[in-house]
Amino acid sequence: MTVSAWQAFWLIVQREMRLSFRRPEQLLQPLVFFLIVTTLFPLGLSLQLSLLRDIAPGVLWVAALLSALLSLDFLFKSDADDGTLEQLALSGHGLTLIVAAKTLAHWLVTGLALVVVSPIVGTALGIPIEAFATMLLSLALGTLTLSWLGAIGAGLTIGLRRGNVLLSLIVLPLATPLLIFGAAATERAVSGTSVAGALYFLAALCVFTCTLAPFAAAAALRITME
Amino acid sequence: MWTWFYKLASPPYVFGVAASFRPWLFGAAALAIGYGLIAGLGFAPPDYQQGDAFRIIYVHVPAAIMSVTVYTVMAAASAVALIWRIKVGHAVAAASAPIGASLTLLALVTGSLWGKPMWGTYWAWDPRLTSELILLFLYVGVMSLRSAFEDPAQGDRAAALLAVVGVVNVPIVHFSVVWWNSLHQGATIVTLEGPKMPGSMLWPLLSMWLGFMLFYGAVLCIRVQGEVLNRERQSAWVREAIKS
Amino acid sequence: MSIAPDGLSVDKIHVWRGDRHVLQGVSTHISRGELLHVSGPNGTGKTTLLRVVSGLLRPEQGSVSWRGQSIATHRTEYQAALAYAAHEPALKGDLTALENLRFSVGLKRRCQPDELRAALDRTKVAACADLPARVLSAGQRRRVSLARVIAMQASVWLLDEPYANLDAAGSELVSELLQAHVTAGGLALVVAHRELALACDVRRLELNS
Repeated sequence: MTVSAWQAFWLIVQREMRLSFRRPEQLLQPLVFFLIVTTLFPLGLSLQLSLLRDIAPGVLWVAALLSALLSLDFLFKSDADDGTLEQLALSGHGLTLIVAAKTLAHWLVTGLALVVVSPIVGTALGIPIEAFATMLLSLALGTLTLSWLGAIGAGLTIGLRRGNVLLSLIVLPLATPLLIFGAAATERAVSGTSVAGALYFLAALCVFTCTLAPFAAAAALRITME
Repeated sequence: MWTWFYKLASPPYVFGVAASFRPWLFGAAALAIGYGLIAGLGFAPPDYQQGDAFRIIYVHVPAAIMSVTVYTVMAAASAVALIWRIKVGHAVAAASAPIGASLTLLALVTGSLWGKPMWGTYWAWDPRLTSELILLFLYVGVMSLRSAFEDPAQGDRAAALLAVVGVVNVPIVHFSVVWWNSLHQGATIVTLEGPKMPGSMLWPLLSMWLGFMLFYGAVLCIRVQGEVLNRERQSAWVREAIKS
Repeated sequence: MSIAPDGLSVDKIHVWRGDRHVLQGVSTHISRGELLHVSGPNGTGKTTLLRVVSGLLRPEQGSVSWRGQSIATHRTEYQAALAYAAHEPALKGDLTALENLRFSVGLKRRCQPDELRAALDRTKVAACADLPARVLSAGQRRRVSLARVIAMQASVWLLDEPYANLDAAGSELVSELLQAHVTAGGLALVVAHRELALACDVRRLELNS
């Protein structure tokens, strides 16, 4: 009895989730980093809460991006180190499906976690509650897109010395559009103007990346696994 | 027509083609750039708004256009190399990357120098300069990735994939930066007069653009020759070529 | 040279690693019920050859076919029939032995936990089934990876140093498993430094620099 693509997909997601929850400390690190980085800004600028509100969307987004990026290094590293990535590659389901499953699972435990924590950070930065819905939605879309872009970068930099620096160097320029749209959406929500345009662009970017990135990331893995 | 394409897949053929095109490209580039500089710097009338400062467009605009063109060429060569496994594509991509990065840097520096008389500051986050800056980061990423691998063939393939992924993103990045800039009415957006430019201003500009293109071609020939020699150093034809 | 439609054909494989011409036109054929023992000094490309045959590494020149079809174009069918055991046992340290099997064998075929426990029992590590792989010894991990190979029920076995880290009893077990597999009509490519003392047909491919 062969295993269908869906069954394989969910089996891999299950595997990733189980592995992530066996190391809860690793899940907390990007979240703590997120909190620390956002704390640095008011400390560095010594602004009052009302003035902080102006720069809050940007600060929130940059901090979220950097935190999400921090955890991307681990997407393939552990499997590449102990040889299980090869076993996955030879499972008969194609690297594209495997990459898709791993990336989705990775987002669920990192990107989505950032989204859940963001109201705390948002409040600390002075973002009003009315803006939270947009903030959460834009962060969800943005971190998902970043996970896909990061999968390509992670696939290209497995096993390289200082691979995580190179990963950031590769992914951040590609991530500037989602930073622009995401921060703009949040800012418009704060100032009360229409967020639809920015959110639509962000969603379009997300869909575009989600459809193409798995193939690019699979190709990247094939190159580095040789 | 396809035989010509397949001939281009052969490194010694490309080496020979590059060698023979080189002097012509350099000559033509010298002519085009020479005319452009003399006519643009010397004879074109000063702009009614900017005075003589505008003349920097004769370097800035061709450099900026070429920075994107070279990236596209690099991505196309990378795609050819990845899809059809034609290794000369990697040589062309590797040869183009530093040229493109230098042109981007040139565009940024000249843009910044232009900024001083225009906006009173050496840097402003206007959409074109910001896009150029991100393009520079993309170039640096491709070059760093290529050199980070111990196996050069693997490095070539990884950098090629990144170049292809990047080229898809260049229009997206540019569009989003333009959109972002339209939100923040900070620095004035510097635009050319476009086709309304008088001929005496426009022709030198076009000539400079052509000259830059030819110059890129010429330098590409030299670098491709070098890359091909390096990659094929084990093969017989290279040893023959070195001996002679 | 006629190529039997059934079996694994390796045709003039060339692989370069940087400047080194690691595999120089290697050709061979393994039919069903045959075992190919690949041997040679260190650095002669034994593991590279295994990776090319598994499909992980694309050679510069040459091809590999399974049942007459190129493995590059018929990847899915070939991988479904293949069990690959690398030099590293390839286990996730945080998962138990049973979970490791479930998440790798489970991608190839639907299987019940009982079948996996039976496979672990066959390689005499049933007691380790619920222990995380990181607490197992090197020998126990090797046995778990062998259990994975058995549980996959594949017709093609590609094993890289299956005898590594095993004691005398373990080595006997490996030989037993190989013989059973080959007698049942499977084929195997084994990279090993040591001599193989097997009752079945063993062909030899010696790689030298």
